[in-house]
Amino acid sequence: MSENRTTDEGRRQFLGGTLALGGIAVAPGVFLVNVAGAKPADQPVTDKVRWGLLVDTTRCADGCDACVRACQEENGWGGPDSNEVKSSDEQKAQWIRKVHLRNKQTGSTHSLPLMCQHCEHPPCADVCPTGASFRRADGIVLVDKHTCIGCRYCMMACPYKARSFIHEELHGQKVNAPRGKGTVESCTFCVHRVDNDREPACVEACAAEGRRALIFGDMKDPDSEISQRLKRLGVRQLRADLGLNPGVHYEGV
Amino acid sequence: MTKYDTFREVEGSKGFWTVFALFAAMVAVGLGAAWYMEHQGHWVTGMNNQIVWGTPHVFAVFLIVAASGALNVASIASVFGRVPYKPLARLSGLLAIALLVGGLAVLVLDLGRPDRLIVAMTYYNFKSIFAWNIFLYTGFMAIVGFYLWTMLDFRMRGYNKAAGMFAFIWRLVLTTGTGSIFGFLVARELYDSALMAPMFITMSFSFGLAIFLLVLLGLYHGTGRPVGDKILVRMKNLLGIFVAAVLYFVVVFHLTNLYAAEHWGAERFALLDGDIYTRLFWWVVVGLGSIVPLVLLFHPALGRRRSSIVVASILVIIGGLAQMYVVIIGGQAYPLNIFPGMEVSSSFYDGVVADYAPSLPEVLLGLGGVGIALAAVMLGVRVLRFLPDSLEDAQVDPHHSRTETGEAEAQPAG
Repeated sequence: MSENRTTDEGRRQFLGGTLALGGIAVAPGVFLVNVAGAKPADQPVTDKVRWGLLVDTTRCADGCDACVRACQEENGWGGPDSNEVKSSDEQKAQWIRKVHLRNKQTGSTHSLPLMCQHCEHPPCADVCPTGASFRRADGIVLVDKHTCIGCRYCMMACPYKARSFIHEELHGQKVNAPRGKGTVESCTFCVHRVDNDREPACVEACAAEGRRALIFGDMKDPDSEISQRLKRLGVRQLRADLGLNPGVHYEGV
Repeated sequence: MTKYDTFREVEGSKGFWTVFALFAAMVAVGLGAAWYMEHQGHWVTGMNNQIVWGTPHVFAVFLIVAASGALNVASIASVFGRVPYKPLARLSGLLAIALLVGGLAVLVLDLGRPDRLIVAMTYYNFKSIFAWNIFLYTGFMAIVGFYLWTMLDFRMRGYNKAAGMFAFIWRLVLTTGTGSIFGFLVARELYDSALMAPMFITMSFSFGLAIFLLVLLGLYHGTGRPVGDKILVRMKNLLGIFVAAVLYFVVVFHLTNLYAAEHWGAERFALLDGDIYTRLFWWVVVGLGSIVPLVLLFHPALGRRRSSIVVASILVIIGGLAQMYVVIIGGQAYPLNIFPGMEVSSSFYDGVVADYAPSLPEVLLGLGGVGIALAAVMLGVRVLRFLPDSLEDAQVDPHHSRTETGEAEAQPAG
């Protein structure tokens, strides 16, 4: 009996020590996630965060397209130096666009940026036959350019017209945003920046313009600015009736 | 009595090979068009980021839908036990596989990355109806292949009924899958409907039988084999019923939409001011492709003429292609309603009807698929015993007596 107790105590001490050591080893990672939200490069993406974007349309100016230009610059699409030289305007990619709205009944007008809404239940990923369209655990919806066969079914399924098909051979691409003829692409929430603890280019550009119409952050962190404002404001998701729970919210429309 | 021992390969006459060469040329041109589009990229097509599925999809979906319908003649024989259809069952199975191969070829060659077909075969997302369809299509070919085996090899005849039943159920599931490609797209007002599945099934009955009738008459006329009126009358009556059934689904689809105020805009586009899509719908789908064939098939005098059956079948096919154009391209042309109650504009063509004009390579690729199907049928009937020597009334109808029809129903000469 007493021998058994000694063994048990030894085991407990050993387990306790191991757990403590493990805790010390894991703590910096957990701490980092809690504070900054971004994951260390050597750890997999988790669902402990859900990245989201709040668009405050009351701060979004009609003539301003700083977010669009920043995205073009960051990801290497469109603009005056577009590398889609053969494609028609209808064929050229647009990852983010400014949309102008006018209420048919009241006549009120709004201007807002529209891009991939990074849905919790993305129809693009549902319909993709190869699984090339997918949603990361942290809510970012992406296209795996290696398994996209260019069937364009995701473009048929997306309720927001957020995706573009590459109609020609491309040169001069950005290292962080590979694009390929015959595949589909869309806003990545600047995943390469987010994974390095930076905000998407559009958000940064909007802030640089002094507007701060775009707020990016972790919607699962109750203390983040986006969570606080989502709680406080009367925001809406586009086509909320479809039940897709997009990660992008709009205020003021 | 049906005579199984009278099945014979067709002769490889000069005329036969000339027609075959024509279809082979269509295949070659279609492959050339696909190569051109693949090398250049889709900027050489009429497609864009608004209309992402263009003319190749019109042809591909039409052929795939018609493929399952072409099998109906065999199903009527084995599943529903209609003896007069038995001699036609082999051609029905062959045509079904050939049309499916033609349609799939167009679909695959229009991919942005057709070179990655192996990826589509090795990576599956089972939530995707497209992924299911890959199995439904390949399964269809395997099952109908086996079904044909039970018809061609007398030792396998014991499995014929079971194979026929299985193939029939499979083809219903297959067309449900094809219709659901559109039916499952909740965001597009002119797709999102469970009716798409049954509507596509009736379309398959109609298009498949029209193609079957033309192929049958073409082969028999071309090779100088006789066809009696009895079997043709049965099939043309059936075709008329199928055409009417498609119209029924079209009417219910639009009525349901018209009842909901949220869809008035989309319906106005489809039925009133959708320009090419509206005109195609009323003139070609409803008028030329449905009403005129119904008159030709059921008119007391016209309906008895063989030429009426031929013209009606051609019109059903033209109407069917137009219907695919209206459904597939018209459904994309109408803008997405992202902001209900708002007028919308943007640099990405939000809120406006999308532009699309078919380009030559797209049309040639589509026709290439038709060429594949028809060339395959010709090769099939040349090398294997798919066609009975004769489809005279006495051959196909167990209750036929010569006095019933008399000599007046002379068979067409080769």
